[in-house]
Amino acid sequence: MSRYDRQIKLQEVGLDGQVKLRNAKVLIVGVGGLGCPAAMYLAGAGVGKIGLMDHDMVDVSNLHRQVLFLESDVGRSKAVAAKQRLEKQNSDVQFSVYDEPLTVDNAENIIQQYDVVLDGTDNFETKYLINDACILANKPWVFASIYKNEGQLSVFNYKNGPTYRCVFPKSTRQNISCEATGVLGVLPGILGTLQAAEVLKIVLGAGEVLSGKLKLINMMQASEQTIKINKRHEEIEKIRKHGIAPVYIDCDLKDKEHWYLDVREVYEQPKPKGKKVLSIPMGDLTSRYQEIPNNQDVFVFCQSGKRSKNAIEILKNEFGFHNLKNVEGGIETIIDG
Amino acid sequence: MTVTIKYFGLVAEAAEKFEEILELNGALTASELKTQCLNSLNIADKDSVQIAVNQNLDDKITLKDGDEVALLPPFAGG
Repeated sequence: MSRYDRQIKLQEVGLDGQVKLRNAKVLIVGVGGLGCPAAMYLAGAGVGKIGLMDHDMVDVSNLHRQVLFLESDVGRSKAVAAKQRLEKQNSDVQFSVYDEPLTVDNAENIIQQYDVVLDGTDNFETKYLINDACILANKPWVFASIYKNEGQLSVFNYKNGPTYRCVFPKSTRQNISCEATGVLGVLPGILGTLQAAEVLKIVLGAGEVLSGKLKLINMMQASEQTIKINKRHEEIEKIRKHGIAPVYIDCDLKDKEHWYLDVREVYEQPKPKGKKVLSIPMGDLTSRYQEIPNNQDVFVFCQSGKRSKNAIEILKNEFGFHNLKNVEGGIETIIDG
Repeated sequence: MTVTIKYFGLVAEAAEKFEEILELNGALTASELKTQCLNSLNIADKDSVQIAVNQNLDDKITLKDGDEVALLPPFAGG
């Protein structure tokens, strides 16, 4: 136990606390800017079982903030790469890898197997999904989100406390990611570390858990404040009664004249509406290319413009399409609003 | 009467400031002040912005002199 000696010395931990940590099961949804530092501190503290969930691959633009990953991890599954790195950090910990997205179908079942959920996601759909599944499974979850130099932090559904829907009852289409806005690596580092601290307090039953409060941090302004949240019973009851209320973020395209081809996976949001929008994920292009019109301009898009560029190469070289145009800036540049 | 308004996230960006002091004429609820503030700003989804008065999430309360109001949009990044 000498590896945990420095924390066992604390009155809030002690030997009993270390046993609690060893018996604890924590699910990290999204192993990115928030999830990486959180996972490192939770593994370091000796949390017994950590679930690592992410369906994404490591990109070179992740490395400045997603501190678990090495240059040699680029192109690899985040969940798998994170597990391999963390196992070297603490071989006492049992890691479970979920190389898949959290969905309406799997959420409750997976969350049921853990004591606490740590939200490292970058979109509203999954935040509402975690929220609803945690209400149904009766588990607390530690929320954090970032916009440029600012962060929000809270613990939801803790001992029957307020939930995410008590703060933000209505979802918004404005799913603005760190990729789109830019972020300094330290900000998710700070927020993810604070999330890990909340998880440790919950597991240890020590101190004051940030439940019923929303902490707002502005890293650039070196300012923070805490807002008190009240429970919206009707929002929680709705979920208890009717189950998970999935948030689908749809939107309109500015241009309704031309054909558009969405090469993103089916779960990626927002989803543009319209008769001239085709959705064919990258993996299905070779089996479904005949659905794409070849006699008029078709604008191909994904989240950022990178995958759509590859898609056009494939469709051009393998199937002779010459009418495809790439949407350089990704979906955010072509939607209305 | 005057109230201090604090802006966060894309609301602060649209307002081009983090804080300002507003002179109000007559009684306003927090929700009415929110509508008044956001109408002059270019924000796509005004409904998602929440309002806190003196560090309490509440849009029904009637504002009084010296109140501190915060306009809070949801953040998605991670």
